[in-house]
Amino acid sequence: MSARYDAIVVGGGHNGLVAAAYLARAGKRVVVLERRERVGGAAMSEQIFPGFTFSVFSYVVSLLRPEIIRDLDLPRHGLHVLPLESTLTPLPNGDYLAQWNDHDQNRRELARHSPRDAEAYDEFGRLMHLMARAVKPILGMVPPDPASLAPGDLAGMWRLGKYFRGLGPERFHTLHKLLTMSAADYLDEWFETPALKGTKSASGIIGTLLGPRSPGTAYVLLHHYMGELDGVFRAWGFAKGGNGSVSAAIAAAARAAGTEIRTEAPVAHVLVENGRATGVALANGDEVRADLVLSNADPRRTFLELVGEKHLPGEFVEGIRRFRFRGASAKVNLALGELPNFTCLPGRGAHHRGAISISPSVDYIERAYDEAKYGEFSRRPYMDIVIPSMIDPGMAPPGKHVMSIFAQYAPYELKGGWTDARREAFGDAVVDTLAEYAPNLKRAILHRQVVTPADIERIVGISEGNIFHGELSLQQMFFLRPVPEWAKFRTPVAGLWQCGSGTHPGGGVMGAPGRLAALAILGAGR
Amino acid sequence: MLKTTPFHARTGALCASHAWRRWAGYVVASSYELSHEREYHAIRSAAALLDISPLYKYAVRGKDAARFLDRVMTRDVGRSQPGQVLYTPWCDGAGKVLDDGTVTRLDGEAFRVTSAEPNLRWFLDNALGLDVAIADVSDSIAALALQGPTSRAILERLCDADLARLKYFRMTAAKLRNAPVTITRTGYTGDLGYEIWLSTADALAVWDALIEVGTSYGITPAGMLALDVARIEAGLMLLDVDYVPANKALIESQTSSPFELDLGWAVKLDKEQFVGRPALAAEAKRGPEWQFVGVQVDWGSFEALYLETGLAPRVPAAAWRTSVPLYAGGEQAGYATSGVWSPLLKAYIALAHLRSRWAAPGTALELEVTVEHRRKRAAARVVKKPFFDPERKRA
Repeated sequence: MSARYDAIVVGGGHNGLVAAAYLARAGKRVVVLERRERVGGAAMSEQIFPGFTFSVFSYVVSLLRPEIIRDLDLPRHGLHVLPLESTLTPLPNGDYLAQWNDHDQNRRELARHSPRDAEAYDEFGRLMHLMARAVKPILGMVPPDPASLAPGDLAGMWRLGKYFRGLGPERFHTLHKLLTMSAADYLDEWFETPALKGTKSASGIIGTLLGPRSPGTAYVLLHHYMGELDGVFRAWGFAKGGNGSVSAAIAAAARAAGTEIRTEAPVAHVLVENGRATGVALANGDEVRADLVLSNADPRRTFLELVGEKHLPGEFVEGIRRFRFRGASAKVNLALGELPNFTCLPGRGAHHRGAISISPSVDYIERAYDEAKYGEFSRRPYMDIVIPSMIDPGMAPPGKHVMSIFAQYAPYELKGGWTDARREAFGDAVVDTLAEYAPNLKRAILHRQVVTPADIERIVGISEGNIFHGELSLQQMFFLRPVPEWAKFRTPVAGLWQCGSGTHPGGGVMGAPGRLAALAILGAGR
Repeated sequence: MLKTTPFHARTGALCASHAWRRWAGYVVASSYELSHEREYHAIRSAAALLDISPLYKYAVRGKDAARFLDRVMTRDVGRSQPGQVLYTPWCDGAGKVLDDGTVTRLDGEAFRVTSAEPNLRWFLDNALGLDVAIADVSDSIAALALQGPTSRAILERLCDADLARLKYFRMTAAKLRNAPVTITRTGYTGDLGYEIWLSTADALAVWDALIEVGTSYGITPAGMLALDVARIEAGLMLLDVDYVPANKALIESQTSSPFELDLGWAVKLDKEQFVGRPALAAEAKRGPEWQFVGVQVDWGSFEALYLETGLAPRVPAAAWRTSVPLYAGGEQAGYATSGVWSPLLKAYIALAHLRSRWAAPGTALELEVTVEHRRKRAAARVVKKPFFDPERKRA
């Protein structure tokens, strides 16, 4: 088989699809090769129980870059983002802390816990908004390497330097703090209510094997503040039909631009001739040739499995080996016969339409982390819960519900390894913990699916099941992602490019790596 | 959920318009009747009764209470007398206005502060090391404004205080029927008027007493729309409408100093130290970049814009609260932030920010006016504030 393409995208995750769409729109002949029977990677929806549709892995939308939504015209291709309205943190003492969308309502609720925090909240929000705006341009640029003297890097650094000088002292100092502090320490500077600090600190630890008191987590907090819908920062939403609809919309845009998408076409390895990628070999022995090969797989899989060490410089291989994954997040997907009835807010209410966060304090989350640090899963995990069927009734039969529980920590490197029994034991820990706040939960469960990092690795193919294709920690971000000197989507193999979340600016269903990789390729071709 | 005020049992029943407005997390009537017109005229010719309970109120007590307030406020609180009320802004470290409100000296060591925004955190942070207790009493104190020429007569019928001797911006404790209240001769209308501060438990009894006695004096419950017209006539600014508080500003140019808000008179630089003083002292020396002024639209020019379109002129009966460009000599000289047709003065007036070089009274300007979907400019000029300042306000 020898159909000629300009570009092959290995892996049909959302970033691969974004890259394919941008390349196709620029006139390239592109083929996407996906191992599974469906595209989307970890952004996919599936009926794992008849009548109940789940966003099996990733489950909210917010970081998806607005320029991608515009450029690819995603709403026309079926993307409909519905608002997530609030966050409820039920507390062990029977009370709760709610964060509402409405300013007055939110202020009054916070003042119930601390009048000081109610006032600090606005100023915190204002500063984080300013910081998100300050950092946002960086997400949209190919990262310059400060150690390089190449003209492009120097120009990039000059632009960045000018930009940082323009931030003014308040923002510059805050940026320094965010880059160096732990989420817990940073929040201590602002708030006194344990539940508020716990819930906010959770944004700093999502997807990483770090606790809220680990330095550097303050930055991840900001990363989540960059969620942007309709130009509004810190707006999270839920894709109608689940996160598979995000991938489906991007795939539709890519197809409309002429991309060919093949599913059940697993790539065995990248063909390298004279240090240059010339195509890929499929598992069935077929070869597909093209001048450009883009890998949507994570850096470890791309270089150590698909390319192979023999085609790569030793130092580079070392860097890739050191790139940390350490998946720590699990999903528990529940089909429910009735809504959970929370002791703190009995009955059906607005809180069911928002996120429910099991994060009563920083201590609670740090303790959950302590267990994971030593290779155990958390007996009482941190959880971020949404009930998509409350927002999109199509997700479950009438009167029934789907519940998505993101739970941490479930470390990939579990002592003794993940087995079916350990997986279900973690599922039990999640359900038991949540049932303390909503006692009817166990009786409401019709079906349960537990997804551990080991399952994510097995099903989606992400190394160690890290939801960001590699930890979002400062030593492996920006010009260091995935390794120094190879952070601009290029690789030591000519013609081979990376376009997954293991590259700048990282994961979170942003689509930014896919877009930036495509732009870098198109720029390089000029 | 939004809260209702302690007077809601009465105001809710009266609100025929079903027009409510949010204020600091509460709902208050925009107007009770279908139009605010009669309510406005009550302010100027009889007495209007306004529910102002949503104001933020703080009790400040202690040996260092005056010292604390002098540290925060730009006016000289230490020199105020018991029974005196000060209107004052307060600033951040850069000398930009955070809020404005009143400070009432209840006695030597007890004050009540009112504000438009929550300020507890700011106050507490600035009270460190001082012997002062600060409490948010917003929800436990109900407040009514009784504003208009007959307001004194109504109150005199109801309470034991000597109101004839209560001067402008002074406070007295009183019993209104059986309810202990404090009465301040203050208001947001620029007219003769009082504000009555009371326990929420007495709210309905006091409201009923005022209506009962006031009816023969023309007392009229009035909503925020009527108040908005009156406060513009009085040249009084409104936070979030006429200025952005410094702690909400997203860019520096959104902030304003007291000098830029025509509050230079309230900045007492002879005080040793207060938040923002160094920046304000420097600004006082070089003069403010902007000024907050009154603008009156030239009727002939305004009318002509309509006539050339074939329409009769249409004036804004309710106050607008948008930013409207003002031009001078072909360039943008500033912007108006509130404007309304004054039914009393028969003039189209606005409050505006102008670059200082165009801020002198009499300066010729042009106000952007949209007539039938087209942007036009009407002649206007800078005039002195307040637009309306009756003698009875202070007499």
